[in-house]
Order: sequence, then structure tokens, then C-alpha cells
Amino acid sequence: MKFRASSVALFVAVAAVIVFPFTDSAFYTELLAKAMILAIFALSLDLLVGYTGLVSFGHAAYFGIGAYATVLLAPKYDPASLWVVLPGAVVAAGLAALIIGLFVLRTRGIYFIMVTLAFAQMVYYVFHDTAIGGGSDGIYLNFKPSAALGAFRPFDLEQARQQCWFVTAALLITWWFLARLLRSPFGRAIVGIRSNEQRMRALGFATVRYKLAAFTIAGAIAGLAGSLYAILFGFVTPELLSWHQSGNVLLMVILGGIGSFAGSVGGAFAFVAMQEVFSGWTRHWQLLMGGVIVAAVLFLPGGLAALPGRLKRAFGADRG
Amino acid sequence: MLFVSFASFVSKALLVGIASTTAAQAEDKLRVGLMLPYTGTYAALGNAITNGFKLQVEGNGGKLGGRTVEFFTVDDESDPAKATENVNKLVKRDRVDVLVGTVHSGVAMAMAKVARETNTLMVVPNAGADELTGPLCAPNIFRSSFSNWQSSYAMGREVAARKHKTVVTLTWKYAAGQQSVDGFKEAFEKEGGKVVKELTLPFPNVEFQPFLTEIAALKPDAVFVFFAGAGAVKFVKDYAAAGLRTSIPLYASGFLTDGTLEAMGEAGQGLVTTLHYADGILNAQNQSFRLRYAKAYKVQPDVYAVQGFDAAQLLDIGLTAAGGDVTRRAELQKAMETAQIASPRGTFTLSRAHNPVQDIYLRKAEGKENKLVAVSIKALADPARGCKM
Amino acid sequence: MDLPTFLIQLLNAVQYGLLLFLVASGLTLIFGIMGVINLAHGAFYMVGAYMAFALTGLTGNLFYAILLGIPLAFAFGALLEWLLFAHLYKRDHLEQVLLTYGLILIFEEGRSLLFGDDVHGVDVPALFAASIRLTDTLSYPVYRLVISAVCVALAAGLFVLIRRTRLGMVIRAGSHDRDMVQALGIDIDRTYRIVFALGVALAAFAGMLAAPVSSVFPGMGNQVLIVSFVVVVIGGIGSIWGALIASLVIGLADTFGKVLVPEYAGLAVYLVMAMVLLWRPEGIFRRG
Repeated sequence: MKFRASSVALFVAVAAVIVFPFTDSAFYTELLAKAMILAIFALSLDLLVGYTGLVSFGHAAYFGIGAYATVLLAPKYDPASLWVVLPGAVVAAGLAALIIGLFVLRTRGIYFIMVTLAFAQMVYYVFHDTAIGGGSDGIYLNFKPSAALGAFRPFDLEQARQQCWFVTAALLITWWFLARLLRSPFGRAIVGIRSNEQRMRALGFATVRYKLAAFTIAGAIAGLAGSLYAILFGFVTPELLSWHQSGNVLLMVILGGIGSFAGSVGGAFAFVAMQEVFSGWTRHWQLLMGGVIVAAVLFLPGGLAALPGRLKRAFGADRG
Repeated sequence: MLFVSFASFVSKALLVGIASTTAAQAEDKLRVGLMLPYTGTYAALGNAITNGFKLQVEGNGGKLGGRTVEFFTVDDESDPAKATENVNKLVKRDRVDVLVGTVHSGVAMAMAKVARETNTLMVVPNAGADELTGPLCAPNIFRSSFSNWQSSYAMGREVAARKHKTVVTLTWKYAAGQQSVDGFKEAFEKEGGKVVKELTLPFPNVEFQPFLTEIAALKPDAVFVFFAGAGAVKFVKDYAAAGLRTSIPLYASGFLTDGTLEAMGEAGQGLVTTLHYADGILNAQNQSFRLRYAKAYKVQPDVYAVQGFDAAQLLDIGLTAAGGDVTRRAELQKAMETAQIASPRGTFTLSRAHNPVQDIYLRKAEGKENKLVAVSIKALADPARGCKM
Repeated sequence: MDLPTFLIQLLNAVQYGLLLFLVASGLTLIFGIMGVINLAHGAFYMVGAYMAFALTGLTGNLFYAILLGIPLAFAFGALLEWLLFAHLYKRDHLEQVLLTYGLILIFEEGRSLLFGDDVHGVDVPALFAASIRLTDTLSYPVYRLVISAVCVALAAGLFVLIRRTRLGMVIRAGSHDRDMVQALGIDIDRTYRIVFALGVALAAFAGMLAAPVSSVFPGMGNQVLIVSFVVVVIGGIGSIWGALIASLVIGLADTFGKVLVPEYAGLAVYLVMAMVLLWRPEGIFRRG
């Protein structure tokens, strides 16, 4: 019963997302694509926060590296091949996560939070202060990458609709991949590490290696999101790596409810919607945003994902 | 290719727009999109520009080029990461006819990219990035403010004229700072001076003490800096407290002392700067502008308010020539290109690359004002390097 | 670099480091003792600076502003603890990060509503407005030396508080084993409220003290927040000693980074941090 309700909801949501670009509103199609990209980003963080128990406060670094890699791998005056820049960005971000992971995984708890933040700041300054990516002014992607494989052109990213569908596909594949990953022995191991690392080690698991693998995968997927972001907007700046972005993505994950992939996706959508609505209301919209965040922490533990259960309980209490 | 697809995009969006609103409404109002910072470090500037712009529109009976103006505003937060998305809010969602913005150069360049691709008429009321009227120049992009090169180039000549031979420069390591220093250096070295060292610190770091120590050790004849806002206040105070003010004269482009003199207090008095506006410009336009502005907003206007005011003037001239029709682009742009803008800063024209050709003033800080001393360079035009127009 | 210049740069480094310590000490206390990640610590610094601005305007002197401001900040901290943070001790670090992140937004916009977005200066008290001549061109402002002296005094005061007083004993015990302390019949909730309020007061005090040098402006809290985090991590969370040493290390790295490798000055601080963590993953001093 519950299974069916949630899969119906998922089906309706996916159908809505696929149909939406037909409304012909260029702006909202782009906004939808952005929300889905942030959803991919949030999913990657949830793998760490929700399932591996690693609270990274520097996840924007990998998003940013993916975005920069996309632009830097593209030739300046010609469209790049999507099949070069996208995997390139994923590998670059994954590699960065692997290297940084070697350092940060030596720490735990509060230290882990702080150290991931500090490393992200370091990456931020690399792009901000050196000429690699145009310094503080950022860098432009002049042409959207081409999806052509030889003579075959499966889709065209220049078309807003097709671009939006491409992002939809990327989100669904990421979601499916992560769900699959969690059901694998590897996934069961990292979840085990989260609940009791000592026991897992006693059972003979090299826990640090598992955590490093999870950290790398999460970084790579964040890189994918960053790459899609760069393709969507054509402009990459160091601010994409700033700690505010790391804070925002944590917010999405927590708002949705950690340890629930559907929650992360919902959190990302809720975040984008809130920004959109509040900034339309008032110049002091960040006050509202702050208020919502504080209220969510105090009154909505477990995030949006826990909301149906809480409502059900509340109704049950009414009737009983 | 990109352009074509965007154009088809926009025309489609426009069709929908016209279909959904009544035709009369769509023709009636001129949709003006203001993309400016209303939160964060530059919020004060965003507000001044908005006030200046609206003052001109209100003086016109709420119209530009004979059409009633409807405003759409977006807070860009001076965050380049959100720039493209924010400008799309105005261009794609609100389907504005005219785009006005912004303060932050990085954000302005992202705006200009969208404006070029969608052929939206755009006026930059502040951002001084040389590129905007250089390599990125375009027929539909205009600037009512300045280029970074302009105000500091004038200072290069002034410092050389004061018989200073060696100069150390200091600025934040970002584009606006670097371009200002380059403009200064170009003029100063052309006149026979020598920049002995170019110091930079990461933006927005304000721990200046190590640099003051280094300047004291280098003992140049003079120091040239580019700082603005809070950093400017701190730097000027630190410079004075380190005792350097009495031994090594300090020069800067005018942003150092605009809107910051009160916070600087004693340390800011007597500072000599160059900029395209000053207090005490005696022309009728300026006097009536200042009076009206003070009456409307209960504060004195600053250079940013002037730039906002002139952005509206510039648009008014163009739109009037085109009979209020934004699609009559050739007439509109021609009128703007050849306009004589009766600005509070003094009448100016536009260069080939659409940057103001304007007088740069030498100013001296007295009390809370940057008093006009003299015209430093008359009708200075930005060289517009890299503009192919 | 000749010797006098080098010595002056050393002075700059120490002076900057001590100011960092003032901000970081409150952060490390709240961190180490209560286990709360407080991103809003920079916002408290900003609150202090604006308090100095407003109260100096009212009273005409920074001394009075500080005398008034410290108890106000303390009360403000206690109120916040009672209202918000007390609900967080049993929660995840994650939710603490989020709540304090929300607070940053609220404080920033509140500041904008109350004071606007302009830069404001605060006068150095007349008593310390002088400078001391160091070389033929360079002087050193007395007020900066005063800040350093206050920081040193404060560091000493904190050591005494934590090592020699009953409150300090409870704090130290509580940071090791909260439940045990509670079982012994000590009112740990009250202790926490005091510690938190103390941390807020320290941050606000740092803001007040720095206001004449830095002036007050939007976003000023964020600038000190991240670097204080680095200090706390290098020093070892909860260690006052560690924070002091780390502040000085960062002061040195930042100052000499700017002078010797200006191209990479922004990176210098974080490189130092990475190296320290490679050597000691939990900071120089683990707890103390």
C-alpha cells in the first residue's frame, strides 16, 4: 500500500517534469533544470551525510571543480564534445575528492566538518587568486557542448527543452545509481560504518577505504552537477565554491530529511522555490529565509521526508 | 548558432507574452528591468542608483520616451554565481524591454553576455570593468558611468605633474583594482614616472599592516591605491595611523572617498582623488538635480545616484527618437550614440564603444565633501581596447 | 628585508594573531565545551562592532560603550542560549550548522534594517589616539598595541578561569563527560548557559575592540568567521592554549605570506592548516 502510494507519486512527479518544458516558459524551464541540478548535488551530499555519516561542509568545492573543468576542457571558439567535458568534469571532481579525502578522513566529528570547510576554502582561493580560471571574474563557456557522436546527434543542448530533459535523465540515472549502490554489499558496508564503525572494523572491514570510496563517489557526482550547471548557465565563478554554497546544499539535504534520497530531491526543489518566492516578496527576503531555516531545525526534525509520517500520527491522535 | 537559438527562444517567449496579456497593455508600458544589489556589501550603491533612475523617470511624469514605465526589480546580491539566473528572471520571465544594471563588474559581465545573446537593450549604471566597453562591447550595450581606466588614468597625470618620480601601488587582487592600477601606471610612466612596486592583497582582505610596513621600507615619492567602501575606510585610517600620511602622499581614484568620508573621520581629510563627479560642480543641471534628489529622498545624492539618473536620461533620449518603440533599434541606438547628456556631472557624450566621454575632476576631501579643485582632463575617452565596433 | 622591517612585520603578525585569538577563543569554548558548531560566531562579532558604533554615538566614548556593551552581549548570549541553542545539545552537529547558518542570515538582514548598509567609523578613544615612531617613515598606532595588551590579559584571564576556578573545573569536567557531571548533581544547564553567553560576549568584545580599526560594515562577520575556524581547528577544538598558538601561527602565515608570496597570499593560511593536520589530525592541542 505504502509502496504503491510512493511509486505513484514518483511517477506523477517525473511525468510532470517531462511535460513541463512544453509550457514554453523559457525562464521556468531553466529554473526547473537548475532545481534538478541542485537535486543531483544534494543527492551526492546525502550519500555522505545521510548514509555514510560524514558531514561535509565543503561539498561546493567538488561542484565548482566540475563546473570549472567543464569550461576549461572546452575549446574557446568551438563547441566541445559533451562526451569529453562531462566525464572529464566527473573525473576531475572525483580525483579532487580522492586527494582531499585522504587528508580529511583522518579526522572525525566536528573536526571533519571544519576540515572539509577549510579545504573547500583552499580550493576557492586557488580559483579566486590564480589565473587558472579567470580569477575573481570567473570564466565563460561560450558554446554549449555538442552531443554528437560522429554523425549521430542524439539531442541538442542548445534547445532549452532538450537540455531540460537531459538534466532530468541525469537526475534519474544518478538517483537510480545511488539507490542501487546502497543495496550493494558496498552500500551495506557504508551504512554499517555509519551506525557502528568499531564493529565494522572488528568484522574486518577496512573502514577508511570504504569512507574514502564514498567520499570520492560523492565528489564525482557533485562534479557532474557542477558540470551541468556550467552548461546550463555558461558562466562559472569562484563564488560557486564559496562556503555559502556548501551551506545551501547542506540546507537542502537537511530540509528534505537526511538519509532519504527522495527527501534530498524535495529539499532542493523546496530551496529553489523558497528563494524564488521570498525574493519576489521583499528586499529583505534573506530574513524570511533565515527564519524558515531556524524554524525547520526547531520544529521539523527529520525534514520534509518525515512530514507525512508526522501528519499521519497527528491525524491518528485526532481520531483516537 | 547560439544566437539564433536564443533569438528564436525569445521571439517565442514574446509571442506567448503578447498572447497572454492584451495587446494594448503590451504596447502601453515600457518594461524596465533593474538588476541591482539590494542586499550585501553594495546595497547602498544599488539603492542610490535606483533612486537616481526613478527621480528622472518621475520628473518625466513616470515616462521614458513617452511611454509609462513599469519597473521590474531583481536583487543581484552582487553574487556572480547567481548572475545569469537573475538576469534571466528579467529577460526571460518578465520579458523586459530594457535592462539596467549593475554595480559588481563580474555580475555586469554576465548580464552583458545575456544581453548580447538576446539582443536586449542594456545600460550599465556603475560597473567599471574595462571589458564592458572593450572586448565585450556591443551595439545594444551602453554605460552611463565610467571605465576603471578613466578615473585612474587622470590621476597618473596628476601625480606626475606634482613631480613625483617613484610610486608604489596597492590594491585588491581583482579586476577593478588591477585595471585601475594599469590606467594609472600607463599615464604616470608616459609622463616619465616609475611604478617601483605593485602590491596586491586578496579581496576582500583588509589586514593592511604588512603592506604599510613594506611601503615605509620602500620609501617611494607617492602611493596610489584603489579601494572602495569598508576597505577604503580601513586603509585610509591605517595609513594615517602608521604616520605615512605626513611622509608619503597618498593618491587614489575617487572611489576611495565616495560615501566613506564620514566613516574615515580626520584621516580622510585633504585626500586628493580623481573622478567623474565632485561636490560643488556649478552647473544648472547639478543644482536642480541635487535639490530634487534631497527633497525626494531626504539624503544628499552621490556619484552613484548621478549614474542612475543619467542611465534614465540616456534611455529617454534613445526611446524618444524611436517614438517609444524598443524594436526600432537602429534609430534608438543612433540617438543614444550621438546624445548630449545633460548630466549633473557636466554634459557628456558617448564614445564609439558606448562609454561616457567625460571630464575627470580633481577633488580634495573637506568635511564630508569631495570638493571640486579643477578639471583634471577634459573630455577623456576610454581607449576601448579590443572593441570591434 | 632588512632587520628593522623584519621585526616590524613580526610585530604586525603577532598583533593580527592576537586579535584573531580574541574571536577564536569564544568559538573554541563553545565548540569544545558544549560541542556546538556555531557559524553565527562571526555574526556576534558583527553585533559587537555595531554595538560599539551605536553606543559610542550615544555615550560619546568607546570605553563606556564597551562597559555597557559587554553585559548586554552577555545577556543577549544567555537569551539566545535559552531560546535556541539549549534545544540543540542533544541534536546532530548538522542541525547546529543549519540553525546557526539561518541565524547569520537573520542577523545580517536585521543589521541592514536597523543600521542600513553604509560603512561607519568609530573613533579611537582620545587617550590612545597617538602613535609611536618606529622608523623615519613609519609609526605604530598606540591603540593597536593596546588591543594586543588587552588580548594578552584576556588570554591570561581565561587560563585562570578554566584552570583555577570552580566554574572552570565544572567546564573542564563537563567537556569530558557531561552525563557524569550531571550525575554528580551539578547544574550543567546553567554552566552551559554561562559558557555560551561568555563565548558570545568574547566575540562581541572582539568586535567592539576592533571597531575603531576595522570600521563597521555589512558582512564583516563572515570575514573573521572562516579564519577563526581555521584557528580553532589548528589549535585543537576546545583548547584555549591551542587557539592562542594557532592564532599566532596564522598571523605569521598571513603576514609573511602577503610580503613574500603575494600571488598566493590567500592560500597561505589554508596551506598551513593542511600541513598541521597532516602532522596532527586533531590539532596541536587536543583538549585542555
